[in-house]
Amino acid sequence: MDWTALRVSLWLGAGTIAILLPFGIWLGRLLAVHQFRGKVLVEALVTVPLVLPPTVLGFYLLVMFGARSPLGQAFQSLVGQTLPFSFEGLLLASAIANIPFVVQPIQRGFEAIPSDVRDAAACCGLTPWQRFTRIEIPLAWPGILTAAILAFAHTLGEFGVVLMVGGNLPGETRTLSVAIYDRMQAFDDRSAGVMAATLLVIAVATLMLTTTLSRRVGVRRG
Amino acid sequence: MLLVATTVVIGAGAGVSAQRPPTVAAAANLNFALAEIANQFKVDRGTSVEVVFGASGTLTRQIQDGAPFELFLAADEEFPNQLAKAGLTRDAGVVYAVGRLVIFAPNGSPLAVDERLNGLARVIKSGKAGRFAIANPDVAPYGKAAESVLRKRGLWDAIRPQLVLGDTIAQAAQFATTGNAIGGLVAYSLVLGPGFAERGKYAVIPESDHRPLRQRMVLLKRAGATATQFYDYLQGETARAILRKHGYGVPQ
Repeated sequence: MDWTALRVSLWLGAGTIAILLPFGIWLGRLLAVHQFRGKVLVEALVTVPLVLPPTVLGFYLLVMFGARSPLGQAFQSLVGQTLPFSFEGLLLASAIANIPFVVQPIQRGFEAIPSDVRDAAACCGLTPWQRFTRIEIPLAWPGILTAAILAFAHTLGEFGVVLMVGGNLPGETRTLSVAIYDRMQAFDDRSAGVMAATLLVIAVATLMLTTTLSRRVGVRRG
Repeated sequence: MLLVATTVVIGAGAGVSAQRPPTVAAAANLNFALAEIANQFKVDRGTSVEVVFGASGTLTRQIQDGAPFELFLAADEEFPNQLAKAGLTRDAGVVYAVGRLVIFAPNGSPLAVDERLNGLARVIKSGKAGRFAIANPDVAPYGKAAESVLRKRGLWDAIRPQLVLGDTIAQAAQFATTGNAIGGLVAYSLVLGPGFAERGKYAVIPESDHRPLRQRMVLLKRAGATATQFYDYLQGETARAILRKHGYGVPQ
């Protein structure tokens, strides 16, 4: 069992949630509540990472931020290292890849709030911020939690883009899923097996949790 | 916006990217040998290096894109030379080992192994040939060497539809030894590794039959003191003895 890889995976999952949750709540609510021109385009863009092969994302990140690109060189002179092959680069890739997993459940969560609830809250004299924090967030909470769990689980399972953008650097970009591949290549089937079982358990537990949560939402709506 | 947010979270990630030993990029054929040398280095010198294995071509590409490796042990000379030409290395480096290729057949395979590949030719002619594993010639020098010996024996066109390509020579060895293929052309150093002897039979291919596997290593521009020490250590008698034990030729 590669504990360092597990730690990198957990940090990456937590970091992805930390970045995407505020963004997802903002965008998810916007898409749920407001009608605006270009909404269809925004919704399509949000969904793109779902259907795009991770290698496409990996390719663009390497081409844009690699040591041979002007942008990459500028970043390197500022920070002292390139964005690819670093934990931060992985985090960026992971955040982009997880946008649909975060925005969509949150959007559904806000959409499930009947508009008369919002109107009633406004009539009671609550300010928009009070309405948001006291009425909407508590009601959309299952959607937000689902988003966080999905993003975390998906990050743990991401492989292609991690190997492409991160390389396989221990303690930095070697996540648990990459470590399994690495151990297989090193003929160390035992460690690979232990880590594969760990990820399997996490995946099943996650899905059980999300299913339970979505049932609870369904019950309340009914 | 995501970029800004990422920079904010860099502080959180700092726990992960704490001070670490230098990272060495190494061709996958070195899997067993280099692990042993790195361990011995730690015993002898009290400092350690992290080794990341991959296909020489993949690692070269990663170095060009800014991967933070300090030393690169390739499976050929072309890839290190390419990096030297691009100004990414300290100097031209040295040849540290000469690799050998073997034909391997797992237990129960219809393939009989011999150094002139007559058994392989027979299996192909009989039409009973299943998958045959080599490393991807585009990124792995051992794959290129395998292609050259198959061409020399006039088997390349016939076997092409049967080939299964490993990303690295280690993956090709895995295909060849786990019974998922009738056999393969893999690195001698890998079949000498633990657990391989009882999995099947092999024959060493004559060196004159394939492109030479002269393996060069180069220190990269960012190399620090420990990486430089390890580079010197690899040229010392202890490391050379370990390399010989793992089936490599060692230059004088």
